[in-house]
Amino acid sequence: MARLTLAELQARIHAPSPAADMPRIKVGMSTCGLAAGADGVFDVLETEVKRRALNWRVSRTGCAGMCSMEPLVEVTLPGERAVMFGEVTPEFASQLVAACADGNALPADHRVPGIADLARVAGEPVATEGAPRQYRIVMRNCGVIDPEQIDEYLDRGGYQALAKALSSMSPEQVIEELKISGLRGRGGAGFPAWLKWRLTRESPGDEHLIVCNGDEGDPGAYMDRSVLEGDPHAVLEGMILGGYVIGAKQGFFYIRAEYPLAIQRIEKAIRQAKASGLLGANILGSDFSFNVEVRLGAGAFVCGEETALIASLEGRRGTPSPRPPYPSVKGLWNQPTMINNVESLANLSQIIARGGKWFSTIGLGKSTGTKVFAVTGKVKHAGLVEIPMGMTLRQVVEGICGGTSSGGPIKAVQTGGPSGGLIPGRELDTPITYEHLQRLGSYMGSGGMMVMDETDDLLELSRFYLGFCVDESCGKCAPCRIGGTQMLRLLDKIAAGKGREEDIATIRRLANAMQKASLCGLGQGAPSPVLSALRYFEPEFRGRLTMDRN
Amino acid sequence: MSPTRAEDDVAAIAKRWKNKRGSLIMALHGLQDRYGYVPRDAAMSLGQEMDVPLARIYEVLTFYNYFRLEAPGKHVVSVCMGTACYLKGAPQLLDNASERLGIRPGETTPDGEYHLQVVRCVGCCGLAPVVTVNGKLLAKVTAETLEASMAPAGAPARASAPSRAGAPALAGASAPAGAAEGERA
Repeated sequence: MARLTLAELQARIHAPSPAADMPRIKVGMSTCGLAAGADGVFDVLETEVKRRALNWRVSRTGCAGMCSMEPLVEVTLPGERAVMFGEVTPEFASQLVAACADGNALPADHRVPGIADLARVAGEPVATEGAPRQYRIVMRNCGVIDPEQIDEYLDRGGYQALAKALSSMSPEQVIEELKISGLRGRGGAGFPAWLKWRLTRESPGDEHLIVCNGDEGDPGAYMDRSVLEGDPHAVLEGMILGGYVIGAKQGFFYIRAEYPLAIQRIEKAIRQAKASGLLGANILGSDFSFNVEVRLGAGAFVCGEETALIASLEGRRGTPSPRPPYPSVKGLWNQPTMINNVESLANLSQIIARGGKWFSTIGLGKSTGTKVFAVTGKVKHAGLVEIPMGMTLRQVVEGICGGTSSGGPIKAVQTGGPSGGLIPGRELDTPITYEHLQRLGSYMGSGGMMVMDETDDLLELSRFYLGFCVDESCGKCAPCRIGGTQMLRLLDKIAAGKGREEDIATIRRLANAMQKASLCGLGQGAPSPVLSALRYFEPEFRGRLTMDRN
Repeated sequence: MSPTRAEDDVAAIAKRWKNKRGSLIMALHGLQDRYGYVPRDAAMSLGQEMDVPLARIYEVLTFYNYFRLEAPGKHVVSVCMGTACYLKGAPQLLDNASERLGIRPGETTPDGEYHLQVVRCVGCCGLAPVVTVNGKLLAKVTAETLEASMAPAGAPARASAPSRAGAPALAGASAPAGAAEGERA
């Protein structure tokens, strides 16, 4: 593909989208889809279409979110609404082509709700009657475009925000727009994005650097993987915008090595953007030059913490350092560094293209916009959902995801992973905002939402989470290294039926020390699952204590 | 293994990364992709080529779970122990695999055929519980499908794979292939 000029890129937005004059079949081919057998399904579809010499388009797409129903196949006939099929087998794929080719109606089985039934998509008219409960900004292209084709991203308004910023906005104006939007960091803590951007921009240094944190370490969360796999250019566009704003020439994607497909897709997106003149020297003919590189993590949860991530990017052990100085002042190679989470960056292009005001009207209070959650565990429809902030936990878990897989009551929902907390079933009417979740003793986290039913043992779960943090503790500071281990021993003791009354008090005391004295978020957050379990389910712990006084 | 000489491969990896700042971890990924683990000799030559003391290389290698210091078995069975998999019976699957192979997680069978390990989370939580065999992801695994995947030939019976991970993990697979089973217990 040739380098695009600014005028060519901007002209694309006015060009009518190519009319669908041929049937189109899309197969969800992200990690989930592939694990469920999507490649076999794709092969059958492609072979059958070829064998029958049909003028149809069979393409790959990312994750539409209904992960438990993979492989997903979407069929769009000219002039008709898209129909989604789930749990598609190669045999069914073959029947599907036969039905279409013979002019018969599409099969009635294997049908599942399509994206348009589930979600309102940013920038698109609401197609269905009644209000779909999801709102897709970050996932607007996931399951829609072929993530490996930059043209499909461009056809959906891709890189228009970059064109707008480079041609008509100063970096300060971009920051102002971000301020109006109210976007807060989606990695979990919720720090105002505009402030981080401004602080980094204003810090003096030999060079400014930007990093995308794709080290999605929370076991049970995979939103970032899906976005990187399903819409890599959206994250890249956010990165380039960030580079422009802080005056960086170099950016880094730091991605878990456990996500090979995400790495492959982002690398491909980088090559395509370079070839199109959207990355590299003099982007879109401006005097802004910017490059990005991909660096891999190596299996250390602590590297999601920003100072540890910096150490890892520098090629060292991923041990955190005290803050301040914050990375915005002194980060990678001691230069001002802006670290943003994948989901934060994926919001950027839409905020700039549609305006901060538009974004700020979505959400509740100080939590604006949407949040993507990976709803998994004992839930009927496990998968990814993107909801406007302020929706209640119950609406997500019961309304969208169908409640528990057993049909029984929800015992608890866990958000925030190993640094988050349990929320009991009776609190499910709480709106999802940074503040509300914190009040319940949990936190937003990066987007894991684990559903537990009555059969789940919360003492065991507490041991699981704490065991994870103990394993992943880097060992640098004593409160985390020793406190975690001691607390885990006490939980083991209680689980073995040998715990005593005073052990519960000791756990609370240790937790307090870890929260206050640990160097980084790993140690500070590690006691949260245990504390929240004690807060809401203490009788479960007490029931396991020994009555033996000797 | 590819017909190239090992020293040449290490030199090529070192050359690729030497002048890029902070790239030691990427170079070590290169070694592990080439050999399936990071052999001591290769680490030593890498250190010489890149001008990095061996102590610093091992400081990094031993910190990150992803790097293996010993050759794993021919077939790598990784049981995902992310929270979703944990809730959906992964501990039982791990016990089954452990019993079937007669080894504990992190160990290799004496005949070098199987290596059993735990992975933190492969990010496929919607299809939990998940197991990977030689990088191939098996979804919604049951005791039966796990047993079938460890059939005598070691080839996953009813698995479907991410397109690139078809080759056995040890065959010097290119960068991300075989990556999903990299973590040690």
